[in-house]
Amino acid sequence: MTPEQAVVSVETVSAIIDGLEVTVPKGTLIIRAAEQLGIAIPRFCDHPLLAPAGACRQCLVDVEINGRAFPKPQASCTMPVENNMVVKTQNTSPVAAKAQEGIMEFLLINHPLDCPVCDKGGECPLQNQAMSAGRSETRFEGEKRTFEKPINISSQVLLDRERCVLCARCTRFSEEIAGDPFITLNERGALQQVGIYENQPFESYYSGNTVQICPVGALTGASYRFRARPFDLVSVNSACEHCASGCDLRTDIRRGKTLRRLAGDDPAVNQEWNCDKGRWAFKYLTTRERVKSPLVRGSDGELHEASWPEALAAAAAGLKGKRVGVLTGGRLTHEDAYGYSKFARVALGTNDIDFRARPHSDEERDFLAAVVTDLKTSYLDIDKADHVVLLSFEPEEESPIVFLRVYRQVRKRGLLVTSDAPIASRGSQKLNATLVKSALDISGLTSQSVILVGERAAEVEGALSAALELAQSSGAKLAWIPRRAGERGALAAGALGNLLPGNRPVADSAARVDLQSAWGVNSLPTTPGRSTAEILSALNDESLDAVVIGGVDPMDISVDALNQLLNTFVVSLEISHSAVTAIADVVLPVAAVIEKSGSYLDWRGSARRFDKGLEDAELRSDVRILSMLADEMGAPINLPTVSATAREIESLGSWDGAKPTMNKRAYVAPAVEEMTLVSWRFLLDLGTLQLGEANLAGTAKEARAHISSATAATLGVTEADLVVISSDLGSIELPVSIREIADNLVWVPRNSAGSQVIPSLGFASGAVKVAKR
Amino acid sequence: MSTLTPILSAHWNEADSFTMASYKRHGGYKAIETALKSTPDEVIAQIKESGLRGRGGAGFPTGSKWGFIPQGDNKAHYLVVNADESEPGTCKDIPLLLANPHVLIEGIIIGSYAIRANHSFIYLRGEVVHVFRRVQKAIEDAYAAGLLGKNILGSGFDLELTLHAGAGAYICGEETALLDSLEGFRGQPRLRPPFPAIAGLYAMPTVVNNVESIASVPSIINSGVEWFQSMGTEKSKGYTLYSLSGHVANPGQFEAPLGITLREILELAGGIRAGHQLKFWTPGGSSTPMFTAEHLDVPLDYEGVSAAGSMLGTKALQIFDETTCVVRAVLRWVEFYKHESCGKCTPCREGTWWLVQMLKDLEAGKGTEADLEKLLDLCDNIAGRSFCALADGAVSPIISSLKYFRSEYITHLTNGGCPFDPVASTLFETAGA
Amino acid sequence: MSLTDKTDNFSEIELSVMDTIIARYPKSRSAIMPLLHYVQSIDGYVTQRGIEVIAAKLNLATAEVTAVSTFYTQYKSEPVGEYHVGICTNTLCAIMGGDAIYESVCDHLGIKKDQTTADGKISLERIECNAACDYAPVVMVNWEFYDNQTPASVNELVDSVRAGNPPAPTRGPSQLRTWKENSAVLAGLSDGLAEEGLQAGEPSLLGLHIAQGQGNK
Repeated sequence: MTPEQAVVSVETVSAIIDGLEVTVPKGTLIIRAAEQLGIAIPRFCDHPLLAPAGACRQCLVDVEINGRAFPKPQASCTMPVENNMVVKTQNTSPVAAKAQEGIMEFLLINHPLDCPVCDKGGECPLQNQAMSAGRSETRFEGEKRTFEKPINISSQVLLDRERCVLCARCTRFSEEIAGDPFITLNERGALQQVGIYENQPFESYYSGNTVQICPVGALTGASYRFRARPFDLVSVNSACEHCASGCDLRTDIRRGKTLRRLAGDDPAVNQEWNCDKGRWAFKYLTTRERVKSPLVRGSDGELHEASWPEALAAAAAGLKGKRVGVLTGGRLTHEDAYGYSKFARVALGTNDIDFRARPHSDEERDFLAAVVTDLKTSYLDIDKADHVVLLSFEPEEESPIVFLRVYRQVRKRGLLVTSDAPIASRGSQKLNATLVKSALDISGLTSQSVILVGERAAEVEGALSAALELAQSSGAKLAWIPRRAGERGALAAGALGNLLPGNRPVADSAARVDLQSAWGVNSLPTTPGRSTAEILSALNDESLDAVVIGGVDPMDISVDALNQLLNTFVVSLEISHSAVTAIADVVLPVAAVIEKSGSYLDWRGSARRFDKGLEDAELRSDVRILSMLADEMGAPINLPTVSATAREIESLGSWDGAKPTMNKRAYVAPAVEEMTLVSWRFLLDLGTLQLGEANLAGTAKEARAHISSATAATLGVTEADLVVISSDLGSIELPVSIREIADNLVWVPRNSAGSQVIPSLGFASGAVKVAKR
Repeated sequence: MSTLTPILSAHWNEADSFTMASYKRHGGYKAIETALKSTPDEVIAQIKESGLRGRGGAGFPTGSKWGFIPQGDNKAHYLVVNADESEPGTCKDIPLLLANPHVLIEGIIIGSYAIRANHSFIYLRGEVVHVFRRVQKAIEDAYAAGLLGKNILGSGFDLELTLHAGAGAYICGEETALLDSLEGFRGQPRLRPPFPAIAGLYAMPTVVNNVESIASVPSIINSGVEWFQSMGTEKSKGYTLYSLSGHVANPGQFEAPLGITLREILELAGGIRAGHQLKFWTPGGSSTPMFTAEHLDVPLDYEGVSAAGSMLGTKALQIFDETTCVVRAVLRWVEFYKHESCGKCTPCREGTWWLVQMLKDLEAGKGTEADLEKLLDLCDNIAGRSFCALADGAVSPIISSLKYFRSEYITHLTNGGCPFDPVASTLFETAGA
Repeated sequence: MSLTDKTDNFSEIELSVMDTIIARYPKSRSAIMPLLHYVQSIDGYVTQRGIEVIAAKLNLATAEVTAVSTFYTQYKSEPVGEYHVGICTNTLCAIMGGDAIYESVCDHLGIKKDQTTADGKISLERIECNAACDYAPVVMVNWEFYDNQTPASVNELVDSVRAGNPPAPTRGPSQLRTWKENSAVLAGLSDGLAEEGLQAGEPSLLGLHIAQGQGNK
């Protein structure tokens, strides 16, 4: 039952199951009504989030309605409860019990006896239910069906057809939930089997869910295969650090090592699903590039391992009394971002802090402070929407659980979707999205409509203002969905030049005073801070002396960013070696998600806390390190632990005084060039948190240059050719894909293999030359 | 003694019987004119009153099926003709369509008018190319004559008719599997409810009728309800096609009032092949429990066959004489069901896999009498446990053969193999004798 | 999708025929079965390019097309002979001679079911009941009826097929057409032969003749 159903008063029906009365909302299936009474009816194909199939027949029960018994047992996973219904499960009906035993026997005759080497062993519904509903000795004396042992259906998923019980959970998930019917049931009868088309592997961003819901060991993940037994694992609650969707995750650890991550169950957010990045991208924790100890640049110009006191002293010496900026990236937890925010104001005396390690604008900064801090839009609003508008936002690539939620409604009731994308992505196609040029072309929204704006709106002047105008004029609900997990928390923590923690405007003296007294400091900087780009250029022209950087890839901002850092004092708090650590003067290793506790605020602004799963005394959360550094600088911020930080954030609360107002900008349509490059990132690409997981990377989409057939004709290219896309700075070379797109546009992925747009061309969108190679 | 009543087959002996000219020469396409003068509801009422029941096996009243279609719902309605004739022993619709496709088309026009469908489909099994040609030509001719398409005969009624070839899947004779197949999916049965009358083809209200049921409609419109009711028995009205095959002197199609007995048909047809005796037979295809000589006088109507422990089914009378090994016959049928199981549900998919292995062993004389109990227990775990009726059909020859011929199974075991000479049961053996 | 247009592998005429097939249906996906028959009429079996063109035409994932093509036995994943011979070995035909016919023709041709002769002329299949039980034992060639067969008649039949002069089907067109030609018919492409051949064989008329003898015509 979804929370949505819980709040609406619904018609109920009552029935008797195994002698016990149960009252449930009309439409509830017998199998679920029984669960409410604590009666477990065995099942395989049934899944509460998939349409009923009635295929495995394991859940047969005896049913009578109004005193009339059905002549044969019924599948409890397909039949809704009715008034005057009496259900007898295996507990009270010998017929049902025998029926279930019979089905179990049939399921086992062709199932291999390889439980001892099967990954599912120990957490296998077939194994468990065979123990409870099966017979101890087999009566089958014939020949078992055999297939070639596991086959790769993608680089990350293996299929063992002998183990498959053909419940079709995986194929139904792929079609119903993900919209990616790349695995299907093939052949017929006893030879029926799950399969792919030979030239098109199971490359769905959601493929890992099929491994999780497989009730046997037929589908396994390449990265977990043969690694562990479930009873050797310790599970901790996790939040996903990969995007702002806000998934609940479970992390399974054995002897200090993360072995797998699974989707957790949060009906209000990810239900029971997650994306493959969230599931499988955790090897960055253990790559060789990991920073293991503090590093200090010596007089020889090289980085040398140092003790913590040495490194902190070196960092403090380089920062104290200097004009310092702070740049933070999207991996930060709410607590860590708060640490940077307070560190900037208290230890560095500046508002020069910005979490936006990507193309950004002043308009966006105003929008964030004035609008986003108040937004209350949620997943439930998507469920109920009459129209969803996507502005500079590709949900499947940039917030995949948001995509699932929209897709579910599109599939269920034909929800109307409009997007301002210049090209129909696969995600848009699945959503049947209508493409428009900009927010200005959208009408007919109501208070039931939902506008989802992505971070790329900052790349077009006036786009955020237009989105706001659209929401205000129609009453539609608005949401801002950044790509990264930490951005909404960083906003709340005031890691932005015009905002202090708890949405306190820098420009508001009352807000500053409020914070001063809470922090016990005499003053706070009053000048609104610089943006990321301004900080970088200030470092370059030496109006700033030093910078503290946490989790930023300069290439995500601009091609100049790294150069601008070269001649300045850099303190880098980082997980792995990067372009920044390479030029830093002091490098301080920090803990990654599984090694620390904390919370992320998802795009709704809701927190998901997570626990520390791995103990490593050497690895500390950013906030703890910043607190030590502030102590060293003689300007303490008093944030010794994550939990202390969380308590401080909590007690600080949110500013209830006047809010800044948004100064709207006029929409300026991107200039029409002879050829303009447009781009966004694929979910699976060269992102740093995807390091070290080749199986996952193997399913990433291929980078191609998407051009119209007219453009292709002009250039004289086919899909077999390569094109060179060039700017003054450089070029990229990609195979062609001919698609429906304006003749003067070329679309490429922003950060994929062979297509790293910002480093290669110097910008994420703009005028380019395109030519046949 | 019942008499034969050739109605559908009345003119099959004319060389051009499949043409529109021939059909019209014998009064064809007159029923449409009559029907289009009535209201759709009046047509439905007439078919209801006639007592016509489905000729595809289940025997559901055709008029009631039509009456389930919600009216005035502003939705597209569809009439789909099930011409996927594939039940072993069943061979009536295929010769009917080869000899006179127009009677089906006329029935479709009337049925579509009655249920307010403007697009109908014929789902014809794919393994009969010449039948496909005949039906397709008949449809083309009907379009050319203004009997299909826009504003049929000036009535304002529009109807498109599409012929669709199957591709070899017995399960598509199950109506919901047929609909999935017609929609371009694997032909696996759908969950019910919703029933096709509410959400059938493309989730719209749909009637699925057998070829013979629809082909019977023009005769009822032409000759009237009373005429139709004058044939048959109390609850099984009218005439039907009985298909006699196997070890008989003369196999073939027999159109007779419902309720005729096998004894009567055999007498008309010249009996069992010379020098042999009836051993077992199916009243309506392989899915219907088998009968023996003791059932020769069972009235072959829905109730009579049912009372005797089987089903009228498709009236496919497959006759086997004493040269036939019942274990071999049953094994071959169960192999058929295994081959045709769609794979969706466990008991059918895995059960038929297991049954075939057991029956092969039994035919080879391997096993003990206890295995017969195990076999029956497996049947018990399959029958009524599966998603659709295919698996019920798979176990019915096993259960019924064990009822009548248990000792023959045991003889295989004591004999260490099959005691029958397969050559003796072939047709050419007799021919050469 | 990376598997974009495979359509350029087929001729313009073939692609436009596909469009006319699709146009018969209220929803395009329904055209998948006739399109598979049509692909077999061009390529002889369900080829990769056939699957890919259907997926592209119907806006489906390729896996959705293979899911369908592998479900139905008439769609072949390997090439079959120019003349595909199906021996009915379902119970009634098998008992009345189908099994003996099958064994004999296997010996005669030196191939077994689901195999094709080296010259590509003939492939064999054990088929299920083909709705002609009153003509048992039944053999189908390219899904045309050859009624009342014996081992000798079928050996003769395949010999004349290989010699290039197959006899006409018992109930079918005056001349036996090839596998590909008949696949086109099943795709709904008329070959104009509907009026050739018998309207009914003798068993189909048995009841009628007896009734006429009974005098109740």
